[in-house]
Amino acid sequence: MAHFTKATSVKDWLNQRLAIEKVEKVMASEYWIPKNINFLWAMGMVLAITFGLLLVSGIFLLMYYQPNVETAFDSVNYTIMQEVGFGWLWRHVHAVAASVVFLIIYIHMLTGIYYGSYKKGREMIWISGMLLFVAFSAEAFSGYMLPWGQMSYWAGMVITNLFSAGSLELNGVVEWIRGDYVPGQAFLNRFFMLHVLLVPLAILALIGVHFAALRIPHVNNQDGDEIDFPAEAEKYLAGDTKNSKVIRFANDFMSKDMFVVAVFLVFFFYLVFWNYGFAMDPVNFDPADGLKTPAHIYPEWYFLWSYEILRPFSKDIGLIWFAFAQVIFVLLPFLDRSPNVKSANKRGLFGIWFWALVADLVVLTAMGKLPPMGIFSTIGYIAAVVFIGLWVALPFVTMTEKKV
Amino acid sequence: MEKSSRRGFMGKLFGFTAAVGAGGSLIAMKQSWDPLPSVKAAGFTTVDTASFVENALVVEKWRGKPIFILKKTADMVSKQSAEQTSRDVIVDGAHYMIAIGLCTHLGCIPAYADKLEKFQCACHGGEFDTSGIDIKSPPPSPLVIPPFKVSGKTLMLGEEGPEYLKMKEAGILA
Repeated sequence: MAHFTKATSVKDWLNQRLAIEKVEKVMASEYWIPKNINFLWAMGMVLAITFGLLLVSGIFLLMYYQPNVETAFDSVNYTIMQEVGFGWLWRHVHAVAASVVFLIIYIHMLTGIYYGSYKKGREMIWISGMLLFVAFSAEAFSGYMLPWGQMSYWAGMVITNLFSAGSLELNGVVEWIRGDYVPGQAFLNRFFMLHVLLVPLAILALIGVHFAALRIPHVNNQDGDEIDFPAEAEKYLAGDTKNSKVIRFANDFMSKDMFVVAVFLVFFFYLVFWNYGFAMDPVNFDPADGLKTPAHIYPEWYFLWSYEILRPFSKDIGLIWFAFAQVIFVLLPFLDRSPNVKSANKRGLFGIWFWALVADLVVLTAMGKLPPMGIFSTIGYIAAVVFIGLWVALPFVTMTEKKV
Repeated sequence: MEKSSRRGFMGKLFGFTAAVGAGGSLIAMKQSWDPLPSVKAAGFTTVDTASFVENALVVEKWRGKPIFILKKTADMVSKQSAEQTSRDVIVDGAHYMIAIGLCTHLGCIPAYADKLEKFQCACHGGEFDTSGIDIKSPPPSPLVIPPFKVSGKTLMLGEEGPEYLKMKEAGILA
């Protein structure tokens, strides 16, 4: 048995048993962050805080929500919104956070692409991040079912129908997923389970992997410099903090990180209190009705770009490209053939590729919201083809890139 | 050496037991997600056609979907083409149109205009005739005919009767 001595303080008592000082060093004060970064490096913390907001508001919603096709709608729109003290606050925080979390995820992703933070040992950070994106999408979709309004029902119908894989007509698979021929009690109950337990568990595990993936390669920096972390850390600890290229994660980096979080939260609660409407589709304030389709079925804004890749093509081709759009981002570290870890503006053609991708995603998102008619349908079609073309071109664009 | 091979054996034994357990639990998990017997039993709808009025659309619910049933007038039957007649279901000597009432474009529910004798979809302007055949785009194909079985004056939706199978063979279901 290990040797224990009489503790001199509570801290010492804990230290002997849990090595809290050592843990604090490993996790925070001697976890090193490069100096040459900007506010975009705070998005990870913004996401963690937003996830926390979702968790806390979700816990309160869970106390009154009823996963039953007869009572779900009223438990949200009447009980939580009108009876529960501050019930509206939890609901609006939950709805706004669910929407905003995707905005931050997209900024976080595009930052990674712009600075080449998925290369040279950072592949697992990128891959685990993309798996988190998939898990968050599943979480968003399953949560969207729960108020059991018209959009919940019909989005559930349309999205589960995708699993029939077009002309393969795998209706058995669709019925298996639903537990019924159409979305019903079994469907609502299982998506409730997914939303409050299985998918959040997967998200927590993936966040663990995502953070662990950072430890060895460390976080990237604005210039893509390859930093000798142990050497720089030694310099810092020896007192030469000025010439060292790194700072402590806590409290040094965290102080700036939390400043960005504070700015974000001001914006976030402005939305929660005064502009929550964008996160609450008016159509979903009609109770689910399997015999009445809403005139236009469209997803939330964060899924519009991939929805627009599904829409302009014929059924089977559309599904194939939709599947392509879902997985292609994961392969980014392997499709980018250039060894350069540099920001996109220093990488020639890749810089153009990056901004073309951003512009294309914006166009796809805008067209996804508009009814598929006339000129919009043509623009959507072109944007979808451009999206596919960009990814096909990526290996060739990066292969010819000069070493910088 | 002997020790390590004994460990190897124990490892294999564990692996085997774990594989059996994992396989078994996968079967259980798969079946727990299957539609319940009560849900499957509710997948059949019986319709009595005795009270049906000509040219008045009846909407039944089958597996959560609206089912259009239209008793045709003698005038409609005499005017229609062979293609239209081939989609008719004969119950007790009368011609009926039976179809899932979801537009084949994006799944909206078309409305029946009895004076014009056609179905009109409010969503994107698609139209279908009284046999469920698409007569105005965007719908790409006719309304889908659900599985049915005729016995006397009743219709059983969800069961594949001989008339349905004949239509299926002729390829006029979709």
